[in-house]
Formats: sequence, C-alpha cells, structure tokens
Amino acid sequence: MPDIQELKDLTTQVRRDILRMVHKVNSGHPGGSLGCAEFFVSLYQEIMETKDGFDMNGKGEDLFFLSNGHISPVYYSVLARSGFFPIEELNTFRLINSRLQGHPTTHEGLPGIRIASGSLGQGMSVAIGAAETKKLNNDDHIIYSLHGDGELQEGQNWEAIMYASGNNIDNLISTIDVNGQQIDGSTKTVLPLGDLSAKFEAFGWSVVTIENGNDIESILKGMTKAKSLTGNNKPVCVLLQTVMGNGVDFMMHTHAWHGKAPNDEQLAEGLSQNPETLGDY
Amino acid sequence: MKTYTNTGNKDTRSGFGAGLTELGKSNENVVALCADLTGSLKMDDFKANHPERFFQIGIAEANMIGIAAGMTIGGKIPFTGTFANFSTGRVYDQIRQSVAYSGKNVKICASHAGVTLGEDGATHQILEDIGLMKMLPGMTVINTCDYNQTKAATLAIAEHEGPVYLRFGRPKVANFTPENGEFKIGKAVKLTEGTDVTIVATGHLVWEALEAAISLNENGISAEVINIHTIKPLDEKAILDSVSKTKCIVTAEEHNYLGGLGESVARVLSTKQPTPQEFVATQDTFGESGTPAQLMDKYGLNAAAVENAVKTVMKRK
Repeated sequence: MPDIQELKDLTTQVRRDILRMVHKVNSGHPGGSLGCAEFFVSLYQEIMETKDGFDMNGKGEDLFFLSNGHISPVYYSVLARSGFFPIEELNTFRLINSRLQGHPTTHEGLPGIRIASGSLGQGMSVAIGAAETKKLNNDDHIIYSLHGDGELQEGQNWEAIMYASGNNIDNLISTIDVNGQQIDGSTKTVLPLGDLSAKFEAFGWSVVTIENGNDIESILKGMTKAKSLTGNNKPVCVLLQTVMGNGVDFMMHTHAWHGKAPNDEQLAEGLSQNPETLGDY
Repeated sequence: MKTYTNTGNKDTRSGFGAGLTELGKSNENVVALCADLTGSLKMDDFKANHPERFFQIGIAEANMIGIAAGMTIGGKIPFTGTFANFSTGRVYDQIRQSVAYSGKNVKICASHAGVTLGEDGATHQILEDIGLMKMLPGMTVINTCDYNQTKAATLAIAEHEGPVYLRFGRPKVANFTPENGEFKIGKAVKLTEGTDVTIVATGHLVWEALEAAISLNENGISAEVINIHTIKPLDEKAILDSVSKTKCIVTAEEHNYLGGLGESVARVLSTKQPTPQEFVATQDTFGESGTPAQLMDKYGLNAAAVENAVKTVMKRK
C-alpha cells in the first residue's frame, strides 16, 4: 500500500515548486499545473513502472507523453523530484540556456522528456506511435498520455482517437484533464465539448471517470482500474475531473490563472497555504 | 561531351517502392505508414511482404506524422508515404514540433511533387514544399531525378540518423543514372564537364538539363551539368568549384523560385562568390490541370527553358 500522506506531502511541495517557478520568471502556466499535481505525483510515484536512469527508447518500461505542454511546471517539478534531474535545476525554468524550456522539449536533452509539446493536439498521435512500437518490440509495458480538455478542440485528436480503437491500441491510457477551463473562458462558453464519456465510448474506447481528480486515493483507484482495462483490444480513456489552480484558493475555479504568474504578495499567500514539506529547491 | 542513355522511362515513385521493398528485407526496424495512397506510393510490395510493419493510417496525415514520430521511440525507422502536398503543407506544424524540433528519425516520403502530377490540378500540385522543408532546422531535403536514384536514395536515408524529406514524382521519366549506384546524401553529382556555364538541376529537371546541354554543345556552348539531389545540406563546394571556372550559373527545379534550390544556390554565391544566375522554376504561381509535358512547357520547366536561361545568363558574365 502506498503511503498516502507521503504522496500528499510531495504534492504540496510540487505546488510550491510550481508557484515559485512561474513567479521567478513572471511567466508560465500555474492553473493547469496545480490542477494536475496529484495526478503527476500518483503517476510517477505509484502508477508507472519506470527504470532507473533515462534513455530515449524506453524499452521495458512504461512511458508518459504530455500533450498539453504548457503545464510544464508540474511536469518538471515531478520529474526532478522523481530523480530524473537535480531539483536545483528548477531554478532555471524559462531562463536563457536552460533545459527547462517554456514548453517541454527533447532539444536540450532534459531527462524524462521524449517529445516536444506545446502546439496542441499532437500528443495522442505520438503516444499511439510509441504504443505501436511497444507491440512490435513485444514489450508489454503501457503508454500513458495527458491532454487538456480544451485541447480536444484540435481535430488531430479525433484522427488519433479513431485510429487507436480501429487498430486495437490496448496498451494506451490517455487521460483528459477535465477542468472545464481554457484561455478565453470556460470550455462551455468557448466551444462546448459535449459528453466526453459518450464520445470516447462511441469511438470504441473504454472510459474511466475519476470524479475527484485532485484526490490521490481516487486517482490511484481510477488509474488502477484503467490499467486493468488494458490488453483488452481497446484503448483506455481516463476522464480526470480536476479543479484548475487546485490548492491555492484564489487561483481555483477560474481560467484567470491559465497563463499568469503570481506577484510577490500572491506568491506569499499561495505558499502560506502550502507549507514546505520536503524542502524547497 | 559525356552523354547519358535513357534505359527506358520509369516513374520515380516506383524507385521509392523498389527501395522500400529492399529495406523490408534488409532492415527489420523499417516501418511504413501510408495515408490511403498505398498504390500511388508504390508501397504495395512492402505491405504484402511485411503486413506487421505496414500501418494504414487512413486519410489523416497529421495523425500519421505524429504516429511516425512516436514510433521512433523504441528504435523503429518510420517511412511515411503520401503526396508531397499532404506530406508538407498540410502537416507543417506536426513535422515542425513532433519530428524536426523533437529530432525524430522519420523519413517523410513524398510523391506527386510539382506540376507533373498533371491532370488533378493545383490542389494536388505543390510547388512550395522544398522551401517549407528546407527551412526546418535539422531537416535533410532530397529531390531525386530518376527511378534508379530514387531507389538508391530510399536505401540511403534509412542509414541516416535524423529527419529526412524525400521528394519524388508521378510521371514516367528518363531513367539514366546507374542501376544500384551509390547515393551520398549531400554530395552533388557532376554529370558533364563544361567551361561556359554551370547548370545545377534537381529532380525531373536534371534530364532536361542534360538535353539542353546537348543542344548547347551543338551550338558551341560547353555546359557543366550538376545533379543536386540533396538541396539541404547543399554541396556548396561543388557549386563554387564549378562557377569559379564557368563564371555563370542556371538553377533548374520543378518548384517555385521562391524558397527552392535556386535561392539556396543564390545565398551561397552571394556570400562566397557573386555570380550571375538565372532561375528555371515556376514564377510564384499555382499549377493547373494538363499533361505533364504540357505543364512543363507552359511553366517553363523543360530543356528549352534551360537553354534560354543559359543564353540569358551568359550575356551577363
């Protein structure tokens, strides 16, 4: 059994990292990052089977692809705190000559990253390709991917969704961060996504909904269910219902903090709501 | 002057298909992806011989490029196949982010490039693809001239680590380069020795340049014809060595003069050795329906056009 308190403590520290990273450079995307902190911690600490060290080919281990690359702060924090690179490097986020680019990239050789993302809608296709190669290599590990809900407005996703079920890509678990927000407002007002569960099911996917996507135990339970559905001739979709800005009260339930950094006072307030647990970088 | 024999007209896309068939046997990491144009791309043999390594993506080119990028993770060498238009302009951002910026070992193989696609018209004839692809950092850009060279290039790019754009065409054209010849990426091939003018050509224009050289020779003009199959990286030395002797140059390509081979050559010359240059290329226009020969003639992409350009450029020496 995982130690839930340990995972919660790590999540709190990840939230501090996110706030401090975007505050330092006065840019970046805290809202979606905070909303997915519990998910990333659960994925890298409990759900995925990964080998020590990093190599691009990732044979014999589970792989993760982030499609909505703008939530790089949470990705970098969790990668660093999972041992992929030194946590001190979080200090270089978005600075010149850094491996921690605004959006994740393989270009600078940052361990843990296998594809550039940021221009939306491309990650599911990449994840499917990696899943096809796993099958060719007789490697029974799982491909995980994460996508924003607003990102599903990009048509390439639906090409990929159709392909995955049509070709029995059953070693793929694609999670949608359903926070209902995007840059210009709620997804309902910008372009309604409709019933995502019905849509994925209609396209031939298995669907798991995690109603409290900011609760670690719910995430572990839902992702374990999702894993149990792999190897069943169908791709698996997880609808992860999250609150954007989770853990920092004034950033929650709004799109306002999608791509805005906190000022000094807001940072202090956000950090006070998330006391240091494992030590700041 | 040295002359070349056409061993029988063949389409360059069939050279690609033959190369892919051979790779199927020789390299188990090669996988092929196609967006509903298997017959047009001559990928049927590969599909029949290696069904487990052939991926029918459907009419979804963006997804195809992304899947290809992902397949490299774990060691596969994906060859994607569709028309040049749908291989580049339609999926530029997917190539840019998931392939080029991510440094993935994907081979984008594009048939039906240029006006010689013929009757389907401008919606399917791309004349901008070389420009689009050469602007991407790290992308190798190859435009082959005949069946044999396309087959050789297909084999060569499998051995090259990194993204490649391989451009070829639909019509049956002269096949004159050596069978099973060596293909060195980035190495120009001097076809004739000459002293009065340099003609650097790529793709279908290489044979036209050779025909022009014969006619020019009969009129006492000695043309040095160079086949530039690799537009990026460009064999700058071959071009500079030649113009240092001839003092003028004609570039010839089935592509818009904006963004094509000619502009790449002009950049080299203007910075290293300013030299009068004429462009045989389309003049910032779309194509249209017609037979390949009619279109080559109307858009000034044949031996006659090369010959005229030579006469013009020689007056500017």
